[in-house]
Amino acid sequence: MNGAATPLIRVEGLKKSFVKDKMVLDGLDCVINRGEQVVVIGPSGGGKSTFLRCLNMLEVPTGGSIYIDGEDITAKGVNLDKVRMRMGMVFQHFNLFPHFTVLKNITYAPVQLKLQTPEEAEENAMRLLRRVGLEDKAHAYPSQLSGGQKQRIAIVRALAMNPEIMLFDEPTSALDPEMVGEVLDVMKELAKDNMTMVVVTHEMGFAREVADRILFIDRGVILEEATPDEFFANPKEERTKEFLAKVL
Amino acid sequence: MNFLIQGFEKTFIREDRYLMFLEGLGMTLLIAFCATLIGVVIGALIAIVKTIHKQTHKLGLLNAICEVYTTVIRGTPIVVQLLIMYNIIFVSSTNAVAVGIIGFGINSGAYVAEIIRAGINAVDIGQTEAGRSLGLSGGVTMRAIVLPQAIKNVLPAIGNEFISLLKETSVIGFLGVIDLTKAAQRVISRTMDAYFPYISIALIYLAVVCVLNYFVKMLERRLAKSDRG
Repeated sequence: MNGAATPLIRVEGLKKSFVKDKMVLDGLDCVINRGEQVVVIGPSGGGKSTFLRCLNMLEVPTGGSIYIDGEDITAKGVNLDKVRMRMGMVFQHFNLFPHFTVLKNITYAPVQLKLQTPEEAEENAMRLLRRVGLEDKAHAYPSQLSGGQKQRIAIVRALAMNPEIMLFDEPTSALDPEMVGEVLDVMKELAKDNMTMVVVTHEMGFAREVADRILFIDRGVILEEATPDEFFANPKEERTKEFLAKVL
Repeated sequence: MNFLIQGFEKTFIREDRYLMFLEGLGMTLLIAFCATLIGVVIGALIAIVKTIHKQTHKLGLLNAICEVYTTVIRGTPIVVQLLIMYNIIFVSSTNAVAVGIIGFGINSGAYVAEIIRAGINAVDIGQTEAGRSLGLSGGVTMRAIVLPQAIKNVLPAIGNEFISLLKETSVIGFLGVIDLTKAAQRVISRTMDAYFPYISIALIYLAVVCVLNYFVKMLERRLAKSDRG
């Protein structure tokens, strides 16, 4: 046992198929430690997003186990709502609630789930909004915001639950290029605060700068796993080299 | 010309008969409005059951009940349903208005269910995923996140349902309720002239429907505008 690194997420033999005999995830194993920032990259259709969505059981795995803090969340009878309260998720298409103001988007879940009083939740939300520079948008509706602002609000909404883990599913893929930076900046801040993060992205610059470790997922397995320096300088697998040659 | 004036006088003015038409119209509107409300509640419940069943394969029994309900309601005439309600199911009730409202509400529910189900389907699945990813239960996500958006999307369609109910209620006379149509018949039984009362109520129905149509169109435009944001 390595004393410093405690596994927060442990994935064993994860399998997922949407149609019979076509495995999107084909026996995937990995460990993610507390406070670690892991970036998942790979060709599209390789299973990255499915892997991420299995981590909070938005996709129910066909086989294998996922342990969060030692608890197997794929087991029958697990309270998934409780599990999900500990893991925030940020989506490619933001998925803000259009009929709620920004403030209500952020405070609704913690208040509804009785984790915070309305006053606490609002205070917390305003503090987080200030952190991402959007406190003046508290009473706006999502339709009045730019894509970059929406995604920053979506990050704040997830953070308002005080999660231990943050999952990012291609958070900048739907953004205009000039808005990518403002979202990545927020994520970098989070990384600095040692938030445990799993990020599926095509932003190689972000991966290089922020990741402790890079997982290269293709054809449903982790093909290669390395620190960013190693990964970008000396990729070992042929398919990794091909992929990097295309994207860099 | 004389004929028109006489007909009008006989139909509306004499013995204050216009009051009968007004009261009938009030009854028609009351029944249509209450029945639409009941229909929306029933329809929403059915739509939720069907949606949950489709997503999770749970609630099999409830879903089967809903299927039977919609099949029976949509497969039999409304007049027959009302007669069964009044003469068999609620045979001890003397309140024909209440039975009529319930009957039309139950009937409308089967149609509104499809409207609301389409509305729920039209809400992006990402909304459900966002709600669930925050730890909200399926029920809370449906009630607070998905359903309000679905209902907003289908408000014009529910307005149209109210308009068609308004016309369908003209058969409530079968239960002895005096709605607009029945009022006309009662006037005819006094004046022995069918021409004026029937043409008049046709025009009254038409006018009310046109006004309601105008409001539904306005609602549609408003909603479209707020969606563009």
